[in-house]
Amino acid sequence: MDTFTASLDAALALLLHADAHLYGIVSLSLRVSCLAVLLAALFALPLGALLAVAQFPGRRTLTVLVNGFMGLPAVVVGLIVYLSLSRAGPLGELGLLFTPSAMSLAQAVLVAPLLAALTRQIVEDAWFEYADQLHSLGVSPRQAALTLLWDTRWSLSTVLLAGFGRAISEVGAVMIVGGNIDGVTRVMTTAIALETSKGDLPLAMGLGIILVALVLLLNALAQAIRSWAARSAQ
Amino acid sequence: MTAMKTAMFPLQLSGIGFAPSGTTILQDINLTIAEGSCTVILGPNGAGKSVLMRIMHGLLAPGSGRVEWGSLEERPLSQAMLFQRPVMLRRSVLSNVAYGLHVQGIPIPEAKRRALAALESVGLQHLADRPARVLSGGEQQRVALARAAALQPRILFLDEPTASLDPGAARAIESGIAALHAAGITIVMVTHHLGQARRLARDIVFLAAGRIQECTPAHDFFRQPQSQAAADFLKEELP
Ligand SMILES: Nc1ncnc2c1ncn2[C@@H]1O[C@H](COP(=O)(O)OP(=O)(O)O)[C@@H](O)[C@H]1O
Ligand SMILES: [Mg+2]
Repeated sequence: MDTFTASLDAALALLLHADAHLYGIVSLSLRVSCLAVLLAALFALPLGALLAVAQFPGRRTLTVLVNGFMGLPAVVVGLIVYLSLSRAGPLGELGLLFTPSAMSLAQAVLVAPLLAALTRQIVEDAWFEYADQLHSLGVSPRQAALTLLWDTRWSLSTVLLAGFGRAISEVGAVMIVGGNIDGVTRVMTTAIALETSKGDLPLAMGLGIILVALVLLLNALAQAIRSWAARSAQ
Repeated sequence: MTAMKTAMFPLQLSGIGFAPSGTTILQDINLTIAEGSCTVILGPNGAGKSVLMRIMHGLLAPGSGRVEWGSLEERPLSQAMLFQRPVMLRRSVLSNVAYGLHVQGIPIPEAKRRALAALESVGLQHLADRPARVLSGGEQQRVALARAAALQPRILFLDEPTASLDPGAARAIESGIAALHAAGITIVMVTHHLGQARRLARDIVFLAAGRIQECTPAHDFFRQPQSQAAADFLKEELP
């Protein structure tokens, strides 16, 4: 118990004194996961919308796959991205392994199915309401998908927040493709894992507190967006 | 251009049947809609009026029979439909009206200009910048009417457009429909409101149990319907 309170005190001291090492790690985490969500969204949002509105062969299979991939273990994603980026792999020439870009890529692969599946659900619900009207106006599937993505923008922004929450709190994928190199690819989760095993509990705990606070903040923000959008009928 | 203009009429339904998974919803529907006409479809609940209208508009493929537009090979674009519950996009009133024009390839400034004119024609220009979904049901239906009118369709389908509106809002929609008809737009409408049917209709199609029981000029229909089913219906319905 004593180590706990002592570590907590030390952790709070780090937080309050804006410890450069700690905030460097936090800032890298935020950048890596933001980029990951952006990358994933570019691909997953259109895919989710098309799965909701377009009729094409293989649509059901793809939907099942996307839903199934939501539960992919992060370490497996890390392994696959590692193999793709390793020197002998198909993307080896990019030389991305053990860089923040590799970590963003791994997290993007991890959260893309989540974004696509949630997008499909939200867009499909809206499509159910809009379908007759849009068909009546002679809208093509592509136009319908774009229309619905725009019209569900507030719900989709909460999906992005959920994806960000998943990305920033995973450890397995970034550990494998980033290598947890101090000052280069060390993010909050990998730092917590390492510092805990090394016994540097204050740093681990300080990062833990920030991570929890961040996840709570994301949820609060999503909640606020939802109720604002419902209230103002957006 | 004139050749194009006359080509899409008459709208001709021949031998239309609709029986998904064995249950007959519509059968043996033969109907001709002439340019400039105003046809009201009457009939009890579940008669198949909405299904028939959706088939005419092209939202639903018939199980059998043909929907033919004059000498056209395809469903023409210059048609629009109003539903019982207006579908408002999560955007401003003006964007809702401009949307239909924009998807047809009209550039946004031009679409907005025409949308604003259409909103003025239903008296809602002062709501142009409001989010459409906060409007009342009656206002939303007027926006939907403006959205349809802005497309300058040559035929307008309406499926019980005033069924969930209060009398004042219903009158506003009704006069909007009358104005569009006076401007030369062909009207096909389902309503449960016999007073409205009397005021608007030139022809009545009476549908019951998936069949057209009679197709009669409105004046004659309300004086003396030809079918027993229609006579019973008129007795039971409120005016
Ligand atoms: N798309 C559809 N596919 C199969 N059955 C339908 C469809 N739409 C409506 N029906 C059925 O057709 C019947 C007639 O419905 P409808 O045309 O809505 O009646 P109404 O005359 O009241 O408008 C109902 O029994 C309804 O359940
Ligand atoms: Mg109906």
